[in-house]
Amino acid sequence: MRVPMSWLRDLVEFPHGVTTSQVADVFTRLGLQVEHVETVGVDLAGPIVIGRVLDFVEEPQKNGKTIRWCRVDVGPLNESDANPEITGARGIVCGALNFAKGDYVVVSLPGAVLAGGFTISARKTYGHMSDGMICAADELGTGEDHAGIIVLPPAEAARAGLGSDALPLLGLPDDVLDIDVTPDLGYALSMRGLAREAAQAFDVPYNDLYSRRVPEQAQGAYPVRIDSQDCQLFVTLCVNGIDSHAPTPMWMRHRLEASGMRSISLPVDITNYVMLESGQPLHGYDADALLGPIVVRKAHDGERLTTLDDVERALSTDDLLITDDSGPIGLAGVMGGQTTELSDTTTNVVIEAAHFSPGTIGRTYRLHKLPSEASRRFERTVDPGVACAAARMAARLFAELAGGTIAEGTTVAGQVPATPTQTIDVNLPARILGARIDPDRVVEVFEKAGITVRRKKNEMLELTPPTWRTDLRDPYDYVEEIGRKLGLDIIEPRVPRAAAGRGLSPAQRARRAVNAAVAQAGFVEVITLPFVADDEPDRLGLPADSDQRRLVRLANPLADTAPNLRTGLLPGLFSAVVRNTSRGHDDLALFEAGSVFWAGSDATAPMPEVTHRPSDAEIAAIEESLPAQPRMIAAVLTGQWLPATWNRAAVQADWTHAVHFAQTAAHALGLRLERRAAAIAPWHPGRCAELAVRDAAGEPVVIGAAGELHPDVIRTYGLPARTCAVEINLDRLVSCAPDGGQIAALSGFPLAKEDVALIVSEKVAASDVEAALVEGAGELLESIALFDVFRGPQIGEGRKSLAYNLRFRGDGRTLTHSDVAVARDNAIGLVVERFDAVWREA
Amino acid sequence: MSGPDSASEPLDQSQVEQMVSDALEAIAAAADSAELKTVRLAHAADKSPLALANRRIGTMPKDQRRDAGKLIGQARGRVNQALAARAAELEAAELAARLEAERVDVTLPVAEHPVGAEHPLTALINRMCDVFVAMGWEVAEGPELEAEWLNFDALNFTPDHPARFQSDTLFVDPPSAHKILRTQTSPVQVRALLERELPVYVVSPGKVFRADEYDATHLPVFHQLEGLAVDKGLTMGDLKGTLDHLAKAMFGDTRTRLRPHYFPFTEPSAEVDLECYVCHGDSVGNPDRPCRTCRSEGWIEWVGCGVVNPRVLAAAGINTNVYSGFAFGIGVDRTVMFRNNAPDLRDFVEGDVRFSRSLLGGAR
Repeated sequence: MRVPMSWLRDLVEFPHGVTTSQVADVFTRLGLQVEHVETVGVDLAGPIVIGRVLDFVEEPQKNGKTIRWCRVDVGPLNESDANPEITGARGIVCGALNFAKGDYVVVSLPGAVLAGGFTISARKTYGHMSDGMICAADELGTGEDHAGIIVLPPAEAARAGLGSDALPLLGLPDDVLDIDVTPDLGYALSMRGLAREAAQAFDVPYNDLYSRRVPEQAQGAYPVRIDSQDCQLFVTLCVNGIDSHAPTPMWMRHRLEASGMRSISLPVDITNYVMLESGQPLHGYDADALLGPIVVRKAHDGERLTTLDDVERALSTDDLLITDDSGPIGLAGVMGGQTTELSDTTTNVVIEAAHFSPGTIGRTYRLHKLPSEASRRFERTVDPGVACAAARMAARLFAELAGGTIAEGTTVAGQVPATPTQTIDVNLPARILGARIDPDRVVEVFEKAGITVRRKKNEMLELTPPTWRTDLRDPYDYVEEIGRKLGLDIIEPRVPRAAAGRGLSPAQRARRAVNAAVAQAGFVEVITLPFVADDEPDRLGLPADSDQRRLVRLANPLADTAPNLRTGLLPGLFSAVVRNTSRGHDDLALFEAGSVFWAGSDATAPMPEVTHRPSDAEIAAIEESLPAQPRMIAAVLTGQWLPATWNRAAVQADWTHAVHFAQTAAHALGLRLERRAAAIAPWHPGRCAELAVRDAAGEPVVIGAAGELHPDVIRTYGLPARTCAVEINLDRLVSCAPDGGQIAALSGFPLAKEDVALIVSEKVAASDVEAALVEGAGELLESIALFDVFRGPQIGEGRKSLAYNLRFRGDGRTLTHSDVAVARDNAIGLVVERFDAVWREA
Repeated sequence: MSGPDSASEPLDQSQVEQMVSDALEAIAAAADSAELKTVRLAHAADKSPLALANRRIGTMPKDQRRDAGKLIGQARGRVNQALAARAAELEAAELAARLEAERVDVTLPVAEHPVGAEHPLTALINRMCDVFVAMGWEVAEGPELEAEWLNFDALNFTPDHPARFQSDTLFVDPPSAHKILRTQTSPVQVRALLERELPVYVVSPGKVFRADEYDATHLPVFHQLEGLAVDKGLTMGDLKGTLDHLAKAMFGDTRTRLRPHYFPFTEPSAEVDLECYVCHGDSVGNPDRPCRTCRSEGWIEWVGCGVVNPRVLAAAGINTNVYSGFAFGIGVDRTVMFRNNAPDLRDFVEGDVRFSRSLLGGAR
């Protein structure tokens, strides 16, 4: 809401010396946040005066533009050396065409300074010496409008006199507050509401220009019938014999424009002006275009209406309509119809001031995409008590400014809804705010806000809000009113003593540990948008039974190209890779942790009553209706894991680093990672490891896969060749994390080392050989490490030699040579037996 | 070198003195440890003149032995001392020379693994959670795809509230199934009230979704950290005290101020401004000392908060005559923006490695 200070000061008599910024601070402290203060016309200086266009010559230019070479009478300021041949006027070039001979205009003469510090001087342009400039609104900083120059109302301009300072007539300079009105304070979308708040804050009396109450039902003016519960009140007044061509006075134009509305025509301007001041949206009908009584009702199926923006609209049965015998003539509270709109031939006006249900107006303007100043106000609730006074004010302005006559009588259909009474403990505000407040002060604040207060026994207050305070309903609403009016500075801060907490949950700690570990291992965390295309599973080559095919589709996606929620983290990481490589970063180890979504139940989520706790069955039904949303962690690697440097050749990122990521994650939780070869999409079938850990019962739990990506997938996503990836179900990994664990006594007896090399078929997995060695070696084996894999002619085609370093140590004694030899031979024997291996004796 | 060759001859003091001075001269002349070793063999080992002289003592008459022993003992002591001193001197010099020779350029790059980093949002969320955990609060979590009822109705959003329209909220298809992407982490608060024993003190960090623009200051997917406390006798003073504590824990010497505001789920509601912890307001109206953190406004809009609307507690079956509560919500992305002067929100979700590495994974 834009609030011109000149208007506000007209409505509130502020104490002497109160500045705009003080008023702004007060509004902000009231919860009516002043986003910024704009000062219009403050930088204007020098001769900006009223002039009259005596005549002009239109001169088409080579650039296609037509300019007007004007003689402009600026009265006593006509004297000038710029164009000696012109007398009794100044010669001014003007690019606008929206004025006529004899129009009064705003002229900036040489020496004037306009908005933005633009200085006017006599200068040669389009072949003439232009001795000043005729001003448009934007040049004076009063509006954005540069479509044409400002044409002044002739009577007012003549009264001020040619050559006189134009700024007073333009209402300049003026401060404009831009206030962010929260949805609950509908009454603050009006000068009247804001003036009342300001008057209360500055403790000065407030004179409500709209205090006239809505009278009893009557059909004194244009007849109205209400046929819908969504219209509570409909008031009409008639003004006859208006001159639709009468100009809008400058004061009204200034206030409209400073408030962010455009001046259109006097009848429209009057309804807008009264809306801004009273908060009551008004609509004007051409009385001679109406056929029979006005009926307010819901639209019928298939009905259509051409609104005054010249668009024919198909109506919904939820739309509230204003109709007459001809059918729909307006979308209630949203936009009028074309057939009955005010035009420049209108002489008799029917003024409507109505009260509609906020919900229906909100739905209708959203459905038809017709937000307006009126619908915005109706949606946030308009004071129903102001309808009659607002209609009366508009009628008076029609009479005064357009020469009309207010017809006798008023139509009042429906009535002002009663406001709900609430009883609260006078100490409730102090108790909830955590402040010390004198009970008398509480009563005083309420009464000044227009609330009717009845003191009851036991310090209870019975409170009835005024019609405009539809936000006051519950006891805590009144607490807020005290907080707003006394200021939240009265709150006495204290830190509450929370119940003894248990710290992060084991799962939260585990997820943090994993995230920190992989980051420390060299992976960079990214966060990507979780939306994917319909064909994402196909692009990944996922099998039909993959969980990642269970797409959840959005009804209103941000982009039609990605209407589904991600079912895995890889597509997002792939796009991050592509973005990075396009920016010249080719060496990447990116990871992301986050939820994915696997569609499950099609069930509708229940919508229980909100007055009490939902039943356990309802809560369970809510849970069951939601899709599975496991947390995953994934990484993608490409380019070099480590660059070449002075002491080392480059290390290319490969499948081992993808496994390294998973291993780091598992180790962070005290888990050992197990792997086996598996062909899983979207990985290279020969370079993919299925990853598993053991749960508390020792059972293997598959947590994901790692390896090099399938060449098809690399091509489809435009990734660098040999891109590697790993994806882990983080929830599953975390669920296996042991709590605690064993720490054995450390043996101080000497270590014995043995190296063994075994030749096996290429098909035998190293991890199986290792497992056999461990099993065969028995308890004396302290550790085992593979230190070489060798292939060559001496080994034979299709075979490889695996070399292990075994470390033995006795528990409680020094091992003998034969102890170690037996253990080693047992280990080797088992491998030979299981895998047809050959021992390469050193 | 000459020495006494007759066992019967008495020890000549000057001869002994000569042996010592020969030895000392040779020791001083030794240029390195190897030379010193040769000197040791010549002047202090078994075959050295002093050793031989010593051996003769046994053959001497008893009355001479004592003086001779003393003489030789002192002489050998002097030589050994000099040897030890020279040895230490030479070792020190040789060590110094070796250390000099082994000098490396310690400014050479040393990367043994790539520079990884957590996302700045992750880091900040962890840090904020830690402050609350230290106060005895717990961290609550809930699904990102949420039931409409938990996101709106249970939080006192009326059925016609504008936030519920498809222009603001992302709905799962079909919308009639009443499933949405949560627009706030507040449904986690409702879940906490439904699931946990009272009193409840929880924070819930996480992703939220809005059908919003995607530009430098808006993201359709962003992060919140919300807090909820429900206990007997909680007031807005407890809320203010908690947020003051958080502000001080995170930003040091600063304070907050509350401005009345509106949220459906809190009443009274307020917005919290953080006093700029960088300029403390000195930049306001002072173009010579602009402040990037608060954009020279002195205060930073930081938190939305309020007293939990009793209607919300009622929807969770809590007796509002006994219990009251407060809640607050912090935009984590926005906090990173002013805390780290990050200029563009889009960088938060575009995955450019330079963004996450900005803080080298270290700054919190």
